[in-house]
Amino acid sequence: MAENVNSRIPTVVADGVDIVYRVNGTGGGRGSATAALNRILRRKQAEKAAGVRKVHAVRNVSFVAYRGEAIGLIGTNGSGKSTLLKAVAGLLPVENGHIYTDGQPSLLGVNAALMNDLTGERNIFLGGLAMGMPREQIKERYQDIVDFSGINEKGDFITLPMRTYSSGMAARLRFSIAAAKDHDVLLIDEALATGDRSFQRRSEARIRELRRHAGTVFLVSHNNKSIRDTCERVLWLERGELRMDGPTEEVMKEYEAFTGDKAPKKPAKAAPKPQQKAPVPAQDTKVALPS
Amino acid sequence: MTAEADDDLAALAARHGLSVSGARPTLREYIRRLWARRHFIAAFATAKLTAQYSQAKLGQLWQVMTPLLNAAVYYFIFGVLLGTKHGVPDYIPFLVTGVFIWTFTQSSIMAGTRAISGNLGLVRALHFPRAALPISFCLQQLQQLLFSMAALVVILLCFGVPVAVSWVLAVPALVLQFTFNAGVSMIMARMGAKTPDIAQLMPFVLRTWMYVSGVMWSIDQLASKNDLPRAVTVLLEANPAAIYIDLMRFALIDSFRAGQLPPHVWAVATGWALLAGVGGFIYFWKAEETYGRG
Repeated sequence: MAENVNSRIPTVVADGVDIVYRVNGTGGGRGSATAALNRILRRKQAEKAAGVRKVHAVRNVSFVAYRGEAIGLIGTNGSGKSTLLKAVAGLLPVENGHIYTDGQPSLLGVNAALMNDLTGERNIFLGGLAMGMPREQIKERYQDIVDFSGINEKGDFITLPMRTYSSGMAARLRFSIAAAKDHDVLLIDEALATGDRSFQRRSEARIRELRRHAGTVFLVSHNNKSIRDTCERVLWLERGELRMDGPTEEVMKEYEAFTGDKAPKKPAKAAPKPQQKAPVPAQDTKVALPS
Repeated sequence: MTAEADDDLAALAARHGLSVSGARPTLREYIRRLWARRHFIAAFATAKLTAQYSQAKLGQLWQVMTPLLNAAVYYFIFGVLLGTKHGVPDYIPFLVTGVFIWTFTQSSIMAGTRAISGNLGLVRALHFPRAALPISFCLQQLQQLLFSMAALVVILLCFGVPVAVSWVLAVPALVLQFTFNAGVSMIMARMGAKTPDIAQLMPFVLRTWMYVSGVMWSIDQLASKNDLPRAVTVLLEANPAAIYIDLMRFALIDSFRAGQLPPHVWAVATGWALLAGVGGFIYFWKAEETYGRG
């Protein structure tokens, strides 16, 4: 990669990044009152003893992403992919190291801003505003969002509260709202698996379109096919560490051998997997982290 | 890439003008970004308010019904059952104004305490100045109060309080109170983000605060009847909640005279608003990059 440094424009630079979660009320004390008291009294000196559990989600990860690249992030569950993505978006603070970005990377996800008790229509405006779109732009794209989501194909559902939607319909609307914005650096966390087959095709097309407009795209996915279809470079995270960084095919081959997907010929590599997975704290604690 | 390349990476980032992701912007830039999100702040507040009664059959009618029912309960207890007037003329309007104005401050601060800790999903998913959250929650409470004020006007007229020019004073009083509430909310939001336990403690603090704020009794009368030490009177009268409540009573109720207000009341009200508003905003901004840590 070194020879590229001068000729290409970097958009995201991760420099020795460590990300640590602190979870209250776990571990030794199991959230008992004494543990809590301990925690308050002893604060930093004895975080561990006082029941604050540190989860080292990402360890010393460095990479440079360039303009025009689509980069896949792969790894088994709890390997720190989503956490790394959130840190790139500037939503999680890093413990050590730095993440430098060109402009403001945005996460493709707006779920948290939407309210189930409001109509789809109001949620489109709320979600758009939450992502920082100007009001006029939302008005302009409103019809496209509704059409893309296909919510109104079976009647006038957009004027009903979102709680009345089926889970598939709600997921489609959420994706449609999130995908309506233009992004410089786009971070996608498993967004391709929503909706029925025809919606999936539409969203894959939309991702490709977003990629043309965006400088750099990061895609987290467990779907090896969508990684192969979309990305030319892949970062493989395992237990928070960057295990491999290279062209898609090369990394995917190793990864599939590791997970035992398509490489039954290498049982020796697949066999130690349970032992490797068992002591990983990040996996156990994943439930406590935001999805 | 290995750790040895660290210096190169930092240099590479600097050469291409990349900035640290998620770093705290300057205060000026922060205000600019917050202003750019003003539509989101308003939309989020209104959406929260609307969502509140969206499952009820009477729907948004509850926005006015709830404060009216509240006032009816106070009328029943204090006006009918106890028959207390505390020697205050127009006691029911006096009481209801106090309760509504106090509720505005109380719910703003309560919502502010949970503004970050209760919305971690939002904080961790989207990028926006976090001050938008506590401000938005205060705005929601302000909208709620405006519905209550509509109910209050009905009550005032029912109890024969005349419409007066001084009602206009309610507007600056509300602006000042909103600024104060937003400031305190931002302070509490930062504290609540670091220590969520504060949210458990706040109801007790707020209840104590309510009892010393003259919501159900008149500070002015207490001070004149009993021989309170001068310091206690000054403290009671300087209490920002008491100030905003009395200002609203002065604005709306004709029998509440200017003489019942503490000295320099508008200056004190403005002082509290500026102190809490500006101080709270800067205090909140100082920790901007830490919100959302697990």
